[in-house]
Amino acid sequence: MTAMQAMPPSPTAPAETVLELRELVVRTQSSPAKTILKGISFDIAAGETLCLVGESGSGKSVTSLAIMGLLPKGILEVARGEIHLERQALLSATSRQLRDLRAQRVAMIFQEPMTALNPLMRVGEQIEEVLVMHQRGLSSGQRRERVLDMLDQVQLPDIERVYESWPHQLSGGQRQRIMIAMALILEPRLLIADEPTTALDVTTQQQILKLIKALQQRHGTSVLFITHDMGVVADIADRVCVMRHGEVVETQPIEALLRHPRTDYTRQLLQAVPSLRPRPAREVMSPEVVLEAIELEMRYGGTSRWQRLRGQSGTGKLAAHDISFALRRGRTLGIVGESGSGKSTVARCVMRMIAPTGGGVRVLGKDIASLGRAALKPHRKRIQMIFQDPFRSLNPRLTVGASLIEGPVNYGTPKAEALTRAAELLALVGLPEDALERYPHQFSGGQRQRIAIARALAMEPDVLVADEAVSALDVSVQTQVLALLADIQQRLGVAVLFITHDLRVAAQICDEVMVMQQGEIVEYGPAGEVLGAPKHAYTQSLMLAAPGRHWDFAGFKPLDEVYRAERPGVSLAR
Amino acid sequence: MFSYCLRRCLAAVPVMIVVALFVFLLLRLSPGDPAAIIAGDMATPAQLERIRASLGLDQPLYLQFFQWTGALLRGDFGTSLMSNLPVTQLMAQRLEPTISLALFSIVLSVVIAVPMGVVAAWKHGSLIDKAVMSLSVLGFSVPVFVIGYLLIKLFAIDLGWLPVQGFSRLSESGFLPFLQHAILPATMLSTIYIALIARMTRASMLDVLGEDFIRTAHAKGASEKRVLFKHALRNAGVPILEVIGTGFALMITGVVVTESVFNIPGLGRLTVDAILSRDYPVIQGLILVTSGVYVLINLAIDLSYALLDPRIRYQ
Amino acid sequence: MSPISSSAPLIGARRLRLWPAHRPGWAIIVAGVCLALIAMAAVLAPWLAPHDPLQMSPASRLQPANDTYWLGSDAYGRDLLSRVLYGARVSLTVGIGSALIAVVIGLPLGILAGFFRGLDAVVMRVMDGLMAIPNVLLAIAIVSLTSANLWTVMAAITIPEIPRVVRLVRSVVLSAREEPYVEAAISLGSSLSTVMWRHLMPNTLAPLIVMATYICASAILTEAILSFLGAGLGTETPTWGNIMSEGRTYFLIKPSLIFWPGLMLSLCILSINLLGDAARDRLDPRLNKRGGER
Repeated sequence: MTAMQAMPPSPTAPAETVLELRELVVRTQSSPAKTILKGISFDIAAGETLCLVGESGSGKSVTSLAIMGLLPKGILEVARGEIHLERQALLSATSRQLRDLRAQRVAMIFQEPMTALNPLMRVGEQIEEVLVMHQRGLSSGQRRERVLDMLDQVQLPDIERVYESWPHQLSGGQRQRIMIAMALILEPRLLIADEPTTALDVTTQQQILKLIKALQQRHGTSVLFITHDMGVVADIADRVCVMRHGEVVETQPIEALLRHPRTDYTRQLLQAVPSLRPRPAREVMSPEVVLEAIELEMRYGGTSRWQRLRGQSGTGKLAAHDISFALRRGRTLGIVGESGSGKSTVARCVMRMIAPTGGGVRVLGKDIASLGRAALKPHRKRIQMIFQDPFRSLNPRLTVGASLIEGPVNYGTPKAEALTRAAELLALVGLPEDALERYPHQFSGGQRQRIAIARALAMEPDVLVADEAVSALDVSVQTQVLALLADIQQRLGVAVLFITHDLRVAAQICDEVMVMQQGEIVEYGPAGEVLGAPKHAYTQSLMLAAPGRHWDFAGFKPLDEVYRAERPGVSLAR
Repeated sequence: MFSYCLRRCLAAVPVMIVVALFVFLLLRLSPGDPAAIIAGDMATPAQLERIRASLGLDQPLYLQFFQWTGALLRGDFGTSLMSNLPVTQLMAQRLEPTISLALFSIVLSVVIAVPMGVVAAWKHGSLIDKAVMSLSVLGFSVPVFVIGYLLIKLFAIDLGWLPVQGFSRLSESGFLPFLQHAILPATMLSTIYIALIARMTRASMLDVLGEDFIRTAHAKGASEKRVLFKHALRNAGVPILEVIGTGFALMITGVVVTESVFNIPGLGRLTVDAILSRDYPVIQGLILVTSGVYVLINLAIDLSYALLDPRIRYQ
Repeated sequence: MSPISSSAPLIGARRLRLWPAHRPGWAIIVAGVCLALIAMAAVLAPWLAPHDPLQMSPASRLQPANDTYWLGSDAYGRDLLSRVLYGARVSLTVGIGSALIAVVIGLPLGILAGFFRGLDAVVMRVMDGLMAIPNVLLAIAIVSLTSANLWTVMAAITIPEIPRVVRLVRSVVLSAREEPYVEAAISLGSSLSTVMWRHLMPNTLAPLIVMATYICASAILTEAILSFLGAGLGTETPTWGNIMSEGRTYFLIKPSLIFWPGLMLSLCILSINLLGDAARDRLDPRLNKRGGER
């Protein structure tokens, strides 16, 4: 199932082509029309998995919608080209023919399992609807039988109960399984999966990927898999088609692509993937502890009056419990965990966006955990935050200059002086000086993240808290921003508390790593130890679930080969 | 679900208290002598004195409030200045025409407006959509009495199809005469309501049609009709129900004007008579009752969400 | 690195809400011209009106339109055209005045309610209570307790509109305060008033402008209804509502007493609503829903 084992599809018989795209051009219906897809061509053979890879704006999702005939009406249209599904021309099909095709011969699953199901219909009914629409002859008993069988195939527990469930009662992973069941119940020839695991945690992601692969093999389905994640590509693809700005850059079998990319773009894309191997440890700059958490606890919601009336105890959710750590000047501490692990809660407590319900937070030795709004002000300066979403972290109505000087002016710096300093900071983060006069919407996501970093640095803080600060960025931009952070840390000696779900990023930027699960620390230590040789079962499972963990992308070879070269006889295989 | 319903019901209580408090304070804090306002212009000093005592004006404000709400809860809304009858009795006499007219109009509005909104959203941007939206803006903008007189001029005077004014009780003379008399007032009353509901249906449907699960339904190969009615309309339901509830306030205003234009002996007509004779106890009673009905209707609608949406049901 | 506008992801039907941009259509232009004419009539009424709107002449009661009385005369022999022109004054004053007052009172209340939880509970309960009282009935009660003059009528009309402003502002503030840039401002040591005025308040302006136009239209309508029901200004101040109210008795003989003021009133409200819709489409497409909830 890994890239190493990936075989060319059915080597015995010449593979029949299931989907064929020829010079597909899609453009906007606005005037002037903008071309989104500039002549895309590729094929998918029976039983094959083709990965469509690209950064945001590459047109990979538009490609999938065009195949399904689901381009948003009045906004996008196919201008030229051909799409053939098993030799049937899709673009000239009537809408009636297209409807019959969907679910029967081509099906699709989407990125957001949380919103892709109708919230007002039981999930069993939603799967059954496919049968109602496309298999007229079945009795309701037979339909139910088929649905239950499909629920069993997507490995859901307690299928009778799941059949009767509402979408909101299921987790994200379970909902994605429902989507898969719905897509595959009529055994279509082609499954289009548009970033189906991007919104899921790594362990769930791994399970869903395995499931898709297993069902694909059982039913002989071809899969068009759209993703931005090279790790996922390495795990599941037979062939890869790299897209950029609406064009196909190159198409190659997976192993060939990973070892010998033909174009510079693909090479850059691969090199930008951070390695899972922790970087070598850095020397301790200074023994001074700038940020310390002591048995921090955060409990949301106490016992309501109504619950007390009914004699229930507090159902308040313990979002973080017994969190202790120390961060030294110039070091980076990573907090790693899946969604709901409490890592962001810790960040918000440390920032004093919320007041922790127990324990202490010391900034430069001073406990700020229970300070009031006014008493907090002098300490706010010491600790600054960089947010996840670059599009929402800057006030759209203020110029970049106004955003940058807001903090220093609050602390009494004269405006002119603050502006001079702001210009220097922009240079430091690699932006031109005239950016001061411009507004956030004139910048790209990566640039805005640089501005946000400059804004934090304007306060000359001792600690930067970065909450998933590079998660919303494309890999190439992500690399640049991470390099900038490292550079700034070197120059200014600021300490960084880096919250992330991405083990690769953590391995490359952190000195120490703290792994959290359900509000508690499960493992805490130097990055080399925690990520290099995890002791706790949970950390191990996280590392095992990391997609593409056997591949050194930047080195263009499998990790096994790397290890064999370094330490003959030792293998990563566990 | 039980706790949801209970919470909704409990939430209605402070709203009613605020309404009562507001109506109470309105009289006490108005520039004139409350007793004189209650008693009217013709009152003798002795009458004034009696009313002062019954209002308890010499007592602290909060005691007055408790006494007053206590009386309200016992059904004592005071006495009309004009007829000397209890306000509750006056209102009871006028209840039937108003309720039959209002129900008729609500049903008429929903039956017309919801399909209008659905079609407009489905054919978004088309001529039909533009027509529906234009009609809806027009419905908002032309004052209800202007519509009333236009209807009278056209259907009653020029064409002579329907009676100009008056009312025929459903309980006394049966359905056909009722319909004959009610059709013009109900149309007049429905106009703004139809505009409101059609607009909200369209907006809510457009919102839902942009959701991911609609794309899923299309990807399953569902027909337009199926997507529209089986998937979209129910999901668009909550805002539509909500606007039917909040729009009821417009209905109340409409009833006052409509009954005045068509000379219908209902609560609205009672309101106008009370205004003209400055019969404050009656006005006060009408405010309390209509606000109470408004709160109850919106409570009923809140509770109906639970039937519509499993996420609320399992809260 | 290109500016984001050229490389914005065009993915997912949800984010693809690029309805064709609204050019000011002919309806908007007509509405604007119409409103400008009505405003002119209001301001210039003393010069435009051919007669004194209060001048009674029993000899020429209920005249049809003729050379002296261009639109005819009413039951007291007053000139209908002059009265209708003067009527625009009250309507526009009440409309604009109510919208302004409602915004001036509702904006700070809404911002504070959106920001402070304790205050929120109290303010919103009061607003819920106010919303539950039908606005015309509330206005009637207020007017019937005091003597009807321009100020009491305006107050009576404005008070029921305030909850709408408060609710709107509060909901905008509640969602805006979750924005990371607001949290960033707090961590930059900005004072509460800075956070509220500089970072939160500007978010409310676009929806408020739209809301203000709707309140303006609704206030004009309510004023007309009050006058029509006899709970508004006395006939010594001509308003479209009380002209119609007086005309009701003679509707069968002389429908123009209702037709002309009714037409002016409808045109005025229609124009304001159309401009409000245009402002909404331009300023805040998200408001579609809230705008519908009028």
